[in-house]
Parts: sequence; C-alpha cells; structure tokens
Amino acid sequence: MEMVASGAIGREDSRLAMIRRRLALSLRSPAPYLALLGFALFLGFWHLAVEVWQLPRFRAMPSLGAVVGDWISRDPIYGLSLFTPEYYAHIWASLRRVLLAFALATALGVPLGMAFGWSPAFRRYVFPLFEILRPIPALAWVPLAIVMFHGTESSVRFITFLPAFFATALNTMLGVSSIDESYLRAARCLGASRWQTFRHVVVPGAMPFIFTGLQISIGVAWFSLVAGEMLAGEFGLGYVIYTGYTLVTYPTIVIGMVTLGLVGYVSSAIIRLVGRRLMQWHARNLGIEG
Amino acid sequence: MNTPCLSRPRGAIRIQDVVKVYDPHGAAVTAVDHCTLDIAPGEICMIVGPSGCGKTSLLNAIAGFHDITSGAIYLDDRLLCGPGRPQSEPGADRVVVFQNGALFPWKTVLDNITFGPLVQGRSTLREAREKARALMADAGLADVESSYPAQLSSGVRRRVEIVRALMNDPSVLLLDEPYRALDSLTKSMMHESLLQTYYRNKVTIFFITHDLEEAIFLGDKVVVMTSRPCRPKKIVTVDIPHPRDHNVLTSRRFRELMDETMSAVHEEAQAAFAAGEREG
Repeated sequence: MEMVASGAIGREDSRLAMIRRRLALSLRSPAPYLALLGFALFLGFWHLAVEVWQLPRFRAMPSLGAVVGDWISRDPIYGLSLFTPEYYAHIWASLRRVLLAFALATALGVPLGMAFGWSPAFRRYVFPLFEILRPIPALAWVPLAIVMFHGTESSVRFITFLPAFFATALNTMLGVSSIDESYLRAARCLGASRWQTFRHVVVPGAMPFIFTGLQISIGVAWFSLVAGEMLAGEFGLGYVIYTGYTLVTYPTIVIGMVTLGLVGYVSSAIIRLVGRRLMQWHARNLGIEG
Repeated sequence: MNTPCLSRPRGAIRIQDVVKVYDPHGAAVTAVDHCTLDIAPGEICMIVGPSGCGKTSLLNAIAGFHDITSGAIYLDDRLLCGPGRPQSEPGADRVVVFQNGALFPWKTVLDNITFGPLVQGRSTLREAREKARALMADAGLADVESSYPAQLSSGVRRRVEIVRALMNDPSVLLLDEPYRALDSLTKSMMHESLLQTYYRNKVTIFFITHDLEEAIFLGDKVVVMTSRPCRPKKIVTVDIPHPRDHNVLTSRRFRELMDETMSAVHEEAQAAFAAGEREG
C-alpha cells in the first residue's frame, strides 16, 4: 500500500519536474518572444491606424483603448465587461450550444464514419446522399431549421451540429479506410474475431484521423454557431456581436469577437490535449514526445 | 493445453496442383499455374522467384487471404482449401510475417506480442505476459517491452514480429520477404537470429524471397519458381548441416549451391524482365 502511494507521488514529482523543464526550455527558445512581438505589432498597428493616423477605412472602427477600457471596466459604457454577469451568461450560452452540438456530432458522426469505412455495402447506400448534403452550408439550413424546430434554441443547436457532424463522420471514414490492409490481415492471422479486429485495429488505427475530424468539427461548430446566433439567437456571443452592430456599440462587437477567439482556441486546445493523451503512440511517432 | 504436441511433428504442407487465376471472367491473369509442392514438418522452405511472379498468391492462399481457382492445400492432412472450399479461414496455426511489418503501432511491444493468445482466449493476461517475456528474453528483446514499434529499429521490429507469431505455437510461419527493406548488415544479423529462434522453436517455415543468398543460407530446400504464372522450376536441397552461422557464406558447398541455383533464377528473372517490357 505504502509502495503504491510513494510510487504515485514519485510519478507526480517527475511530471512536475518535466513540466518545469519544458517551460524553462520554451522560455529559452525564441518562440514565445516572437509570439509576443507578433501580438504587440498587431495591437500597435490597430492603435495607430484608428487613433493616431486615422486611416480612411479605420476611422469609424472602435479603438484599442475603447475596447480594452470597456472590457476591463467595472462600469462599462456599453454594458458588457469582464465584471458584468451578462458577459459570462453570453459565453455560457454559446459554450453550452457548442458543447451540446459537438457532443451530439461526435456521438453520431464517429459511428457513422466507422460504418462507412467498415462496410462497403452501407457506404454504397448512404454515402452518395451524405456527399450531396455535406456541401450545403449550415446557413442555408436556417429557414428550414426554424420551421422544423419552432423555437430558436433548437434551431441554433441544429445549425451548429450539422457541419460538425459532417466533418467528424467524413474524417472518421477516411481514418478507417487509411488503415493498412496488412494490420487487418495480421489481426485475423493472430486469431482475432471481426469484433476484436474492429476494437483493437480499426478504432485505434482511425484515431488520428478522428481527432483531426474533432478539431475541424469544433472549429466549424463555433463558426456556424455565430451565424445561427446572429439570425435566431436571443443570447450568446454571436448575438452580442450582432446587437453591437444594430445598437452601434462597436466596442462590444470587438469584445465579442476576441472572446470568441479565446474560447475557440481553448476548446480546440483541449481536444488536441485529449488526443495526445489518448494516442501516445502517435505523438511518439511524430517525435512530439519521448 | 498450451504446450505444443512434441511427439508428432506438425506443419506438413501439401500444395496439390494449385491454380490461381485473377479475374477469371475478365482479364484472366494466371498467377499460379498447376503448382505442386510438399513441405516436410519443421522444414525451412525458401521460395525464390522474380518480383511479381505469383509467390505471394501462394502464400495468401495458405494464409487464407485469397481463394484458389483449383487444386488443394493441406496442412497436416487437414484440407485448408480445395474442392468445395476455395478459401481457407485465417488462423493462428499459420501466422504471416509481412513484407513491411505489421506490428500494431498503437500497441506497445508487449501488447503486440500478447495479442494473439489474448484475443483467442487461450491464456490469461498473466500467462501470456510470462510467456512473452520468456520468448523476448530468448530473442534478446528483454528491454523493449514497453516501447512502441516506431521507437525501434527496423531490425528489432522484425524480431518482435517473429516473437509475436511464435506466441501462438503455430505449425507454420509464413514469411513474405520480411527482410527486404533492411540493409545487408542488418539482414545477415536477422538471418542468424531467425535461425537461432528456429532451433529453439521448430516450426515449418515458408519463406518468400528473391535473394538467392538468403535462400540458401536459411533454407533446407530452395524452390525456384518460374516467372508468371508461377510453378516450381527447380528444387534444390541444401545439405549444409545445421546449426549454421555466417561462416557458411564463405564455404565451398555454399558457393556450389549458389552456382547450381543461380542459372535457374537468372533465366526466370530474364523472362520476367522481358514480360515486363512487353507489357510496358
């Protein structure tokens, strides 16, 4: 019992040490400084273009100062800042929609893609239909979605779900068909049943493609969510951006955009992290770890 | 139950008048043409022939990856495929080691090696691991068990793959040019290690190659195949006694056997080359 505990602590220690080592290593490399410089140049240009030079196209734009000032103000002029509960309510509304749509897209898209890849007969039936529906932009579904679901909430979710689902299913199918025939043969040689082959060869073999699909999926989910919220939302970041436009509160638009960028970045970073955790073999193949 | 039956040697392969025609109602390409061949239990049978001559079709028929058009193949008097049963069911009594290697990249070496007995439900995890570690120690692979295949050199990967096959106590190992992609130095190391493994675990080995030196060094019997369609052209019995090591390569008998076989191989290589030119 004690040995187990000390083993766990040892592992925890070494993990901490590893993180510290990696951090020290990355601080010694030029990458983080270059990234900071990139941000500084972008923000500097924004400030100069709007407030100092007042370039033709930028004159009406919200300035860096106005946006940041409002964003961190306890009493924002345009009503939305880090200190107002509405800000988080909007984030949560969007996040909830994306997570629901993403979860449903994964739960349906992965099995469908697996079936496409695994069963040629099934693919012949369904794939042509799938390929016609897939290129229809989510926005084109808006009117039908509203008719179909009556309420706005469900139709926004549906519009968010659809492209995420297509991306996941398609990439999963590619993943299954990318598996080298000799792995399948090897499994059969070694006595694996069809189900065991599926579990031990097809699923892990398709995993890198599935995770690529999930990355794309969450990206397009955010994309179409905002479109949906602009047209049919009553809450959420897309709604914030759109009402910012109609109410001429321009700094709010930018606050909404930046927030979208941050939340979107974090959500795909989490998927990347989970993928790397689940596929240590793949990370090692690519020389990322070990 | 897990110990192989030692009293009666297993792994006799009888290939009887086998024909394999691809796309019989269309282009009708004959890959294997009335091929008859007997392989004794525990024999190392080397199949030599030009690339694309149909050797692999024969291996696929034994392994159960492809059907045959006519003829029959028996393993220890059991019909694998033949009349009324064009394709045999793949099984762990005939394990294939593939040309480019087929270790599962997502499993560690140990999990790869224990895969066979575990999916067959032949042994518990503990038994399988014990046996795997014993075989790995014999093969000098003791320290790679928790590595992933991509972290290993190609030579080590091939050795792991042979161990993975042997875990199932197969009657036959089917090797399809397993050392093709290796450099010559690694290749000769692989040959000696394969022989060492063979001396510890006598199985029948059906080994496809187009490297004549490899064929004579490893084989008890070298079967030179004709170029497409494929059928035995010349069977050479290699009478160099086991155990063999690299010194065999410079012996007179080895040279004589090389000379004896070379012209047959050369003729077929030329025929294959000419056929390729015609098609091109």
